[in-house]
Amino acid sequence: MEHWTRIDHSITVQEAVDFVQSPASGGIVTFTGTVRNQTQQRPVLKLFFECYEPMALLEMDKIVQAAKEKWPVQRMAILHVKGEKLPGEVVVVIAVAAAHRAAAFEACQFAIDTLKETVPIWKKEFFEDGEVWVAAHP
Amino acid sequence: MRVLLFGIMKEIAAANTLDIAEPLPDVGQLRAWLLQQYPAMKNLRAVMVAVNRTYAPDGQPLAPGDEIAIIPPLSGG
Repeated sequence: MEHWTRIDHSITVQEAVDFVQSPASGGIVTFTGTVRNQTQQRPVLKLFFECYEPMALLEMDKIVQAAKEKWPVQRMAILHVKGEKLPGEVVVVIAVAAAHRAAAFEACQFAIDTLKETVPIWKKEFFEDGEVWVAAHP
Repeated sequence: MRVLLFGIMKEIAAANTLDIAEPLPDVGQLRAWLLQQYPAMKNLRAVMVAVNRTYAPDGQPLAPGDEIAIIPPLSGG
């Protein structure tokens, strides 16, 4: 199965869709994560993403391999940003192509859920009156 | 031994990397040493250790030349 994993300062939904698209596919499912402008009613000014890049890419590859073993997916792309991002900007894109939609939906959900649990990437939220590494404390 | 730090661990240790002279034969002893040096680590939700870019259990031995990283709670996506 063809796949593409990438960490960069800027990513687009379109490049992920373009990569997974093929005449053999009957459906493409995408997940797009964006910067939300508030957390618990506190306005968020920006996010900063830090990555342990070589390991993050390896973990993203493992997600692709696991998805391939569970579902008949044809092509898959997992893209994530690093650096500063403003509200509304795209921070993660997952695109999955399969012959039939059910496999693509399930593999896409699996990929984003697993990414959050296993890929070494951290985000810091910046507020008007401070900043916090997200989820660091219980 | 050189240890890579990320996210909140950089702030807790006030460093991007640590050079540890003390012999620490496995992941568990590295973890114990870090907790002793940086008590603020105890307040974190979970801290994992990666050896050669793979998550490593406490029993895993550490060898010279290993790439060791401290992985604080993840928040990608």
